Amino acid sequence: MTRAVRACLWVLFGAFFLFPLYAMADFSTRNLIKGGRTLTAWANLFADDALYQAIITSLSLAVLTVVAMLIVLVPTMIWVRLRTPWAKGAVEFLCLLPLTIPALVIVVGLKNVYLWVTYLLGESALTLTFVYVVVVLPFAYRAIDAALSAIDLRTLAEAARSLGAGWTTTILRVVVPNIWSGILSAAFISVAVVLGEYTIASLSGFETLQVQIVAIGKSDGPTSVAASLATLLFGFVLLLALSLVTRGRRRV
Amino acid sequence: MTEDGRFSLGRVQALFTETALTALGKSVLLSGSTALLGAVLGALLAWLIVSRPPSSVIRRTVISLCSVLAQFGGVALAFAFLATIGLNGVLTLWVQEFLGWNLAGSGWLYGLPGLILVYTYFQIPLMVIVFLPALEGLRSQWREAAVSLGASTWQYWREVAVPLLTPAFLASLLLLFANAFAAYATAAALVSQGSPIVPLLIRSALTSEVVLGQSGFAYALALEMIVVVALVMAAYNLLMRRTSRWLR
Amino acid sequence: MTTGVGVASTTGVSVELNDLTRVYGSVRALDGLTLHMEPGEFIALLGPSGCGKTTALRILAGLDEATSGTVSVAGRDITGVPANKRDMGMVFQSYSLFPHLTALQNVEFGLKLRGRATKDRATRAGDMLDLVGLSEHVDKYAAEMSGGQQQRVALARALAIQPSVLLLDEPLSALDAKVRTQLRDEIRRVQLEVGTTTLFVTHDQEEALAVADRVGVMSRGRLEQLDPPAKVYADPATPFVAEFVGLNNKVPAEVVSGQARLLGTSVPTLAGSISSGAGTALLRPESVTVTADGAGTSTVRSVAFLGPISRVYVALPDGAVIDAQLPSAQARTFEPGSPVTVGVEPTTLLVVPQTS
Repeated sequence: MTRAVRACLWVLFGAFFLFPLYAMADFSTRNLIKGGRTLTAWANLFADDALYQAIITSLSLAVLTVVAMLIVLVPTMIWVRLRTPWAKGAVEFLCLLPLTIPALVIVVGLKNVYLWVTYLLGESALTLTFVYVVVVLPFAYRAIDAALSAIDLRTLAEAARSLGAGWTTTILRVVVPNIWSGILSAAFISVAVVLGEYTIASLSGFETLQVQIVAIGKSDGPTSVAASLATLLFGFVLLLALSLVTRGRRRV
Repeated sequence: MTEDGRFSLGRVQALFTETALTALGKSVLLSGSTALLGAVLGALLAWLIVSRPPSSVIRRTVISLCSVLAQFGGVALAFAFLATIGLNGVLTLWVQEFLGWNLAGSGWLYGLPGLILVYTYFQIPLMVIVFLPALEGLRSQWREAAVSLGASTWQYWREVAVPLLTPAFLASLLLLFANAFAAYATAAALVSQGSPIVPLLIRSALTSEVVLGQSGFAYALALEMIVVVALVMAAYNLLMRRTSRWLR
Repeated sequence: MTTGVGVASTTGVSVELNDLTRVYGSVRALDGLTLHMEPGEFIALLGPSGCGKTTALRILAGLDEATSGTVSVAGRDITGVPANKRDMGMVFQSYSLFPHLTALQNVEFGLKLRGRATKDRATRAGDMLDLVGLSEHVDKYAAEMSGGQQQRVALARALAIQPSVLLLDEPLSALDAKVRTQLRDEIRRVQLEVGTTTLFVTHDQEEALAVADRVGVMSRGRLEQLDPPAKVYADPATPFVAEFVGLNNKVPAEVVSGQARLLGTSVPTLAGSISSGAGTALLRPESVTVTADGAGTSTVRSVAFLGPISRVYVALPDGAVIDAQLPSAQARTFEPGSPVTVGVEPTTLLVVPQTS
């Protein structure tokens, strides 16, 4: 294909994706009453108490989810690769499933479980962590899997074990440093997913960032849009920074 | 899913009423068309990305952007589109001023075509993320071998690249379908819960959803969704197993 | 193994690479390479990584473009001809078989593109697979075959289209040692039968010396020497060739009127040596003599048994260790620590400027 065609396509795709983002930026900086530009909506991210709380809640949720996801996923994936390779397909399938199960089904199915969880741990939105770990699985799995494929896991693990390392040491001090880019990638994508999740949080009645965005949307459009855009930009910057830092480390 | 079991008979019956079937038909249509659109356009974008050198900044920026936009949805997305090509959207006004066209026109954004447009906004990035590894798995030796044997670019694609990529493409297509289907189901459920924050777009697409007044319809809908998704994912798995043999 | 009917011999064509230069930014991958190949000739390009041998091959194939210089086949300038129109067969190092096709379909690929009738091309593909000894594997996929088998299929596929030139880019590098030896002889046998002009790129000198009509030793984008294998080995034209091909001991020597004095003997020097004064002689292990001598000033360090021959490592009076290659029967008599006298067989040596 000629370079001209390719350039044309890039422009078209660029326009399609960037225009709505631009529209959001435009709308969130509009002074609806007097016309012209204002940054009030963006300032509200800190000024509005409910919104600010929701931001904190979502960020905390993101962090907790990432930690929980890593603790669950990394050892499991390493184990499957080393000890039970036949299960790899099944694990991969399971990890992809949450992408396609309607959020509603998850909430409905877990309702009973959640009664038990809130009984034990209280009513905080942070209990959503358990659900969110499941939700981010498809994205996190791919990132970590790609990183694990790029190293010779078996040899590394055997070398570590033959030198006397226990499993914890092997995982933490030998494998993890070598798949660091995959772990970071999984972490950052998970953050983006958690910050963007609305349905489950709202159906469960928790006040996360996205729920607040929708709630505020009724009364204060610009702030709502500003919060949405801020979330998108945050996730984008995280992932871009990550990919720029791990330059050229990908397997060819 | 024991809760579903308890409600099953009555609510499942509700699934087969005309309105419910229409809703199902519409959701299949919506999911299918956005999946197809997203898959084709997403594959195209993925190809554009792969054509750039591995350490290119544009490549990394675009992939990061796709990762974020792939799960951008719901109210915020709807609002973004309203702000762009709705009645007072930025693009609408801009085009009106310079070209005299009325983009928002008859309010098509609030109907099925509009929904399709909005859905592709996250379907395309999702396709890029899911399909890119397959494209990257195409070894340069295959292309060079084909060329040295006399293949033109078109012949290479037809005889080598397309057959190798088809399983991955179909698998990704299925994933996109399931994704859209699930999203729609959730949207429908939102409406049924009487949520006061229903996006204008979705509401008008679900016309005459009388049946949605019933609580518990959501549960039956959920059951229906699970069946569809399970079938789709089984097919996906079969396809991916084939692909991974070739492209890893 | 004769092939019988169906495999027509291609009369090879001449190939000329004239003053090829390839520059990438600040890197000169090729620096004025000129190479003329006779019809039916098998030339091996030998050199370390980065010497430009693969670049030269790819330019000939049309997969890469020279910054300057021309490529001619059978007298015709094909420098601007696209790769898919060059009628050349290429075998890659690895992973070049189309994974979704069987061995037979792979071999048929080029024929299919040229519009040959189904029955016709199946016959020809079958014959080619017979030629490389894989008639029982026609319906197997790449994943079901060993590395050696895959490369045989790749060879059959390249030859099926009766190319005017056959190009092999380190085809054996990814294979096990034993398979490598078998397959290189196979490749040579097939090439002799079919008669195609062939360019074979490798970094393994044993391979190059074993199969080629002429060996081209390359370094840093330039051709250092182009000669039959025996001549490259015995008469290296430059120090680089002398050091790259075969093993060498480096022994201090004095050059006086065309003779090199070292280890108590005098031998003639090769063209390319320094003309007089102190230098370093490149002495091959098989040219070193070791004799048991109670009064000898050298001592045996160790003996490495390699089957038919052995390597005897001897410490010279000045402390330097050289290795001598001896028939194992003879080497067996030497114990580590025994005193010996070391000498040089009648041969010609290359003496280079003194290396520290």
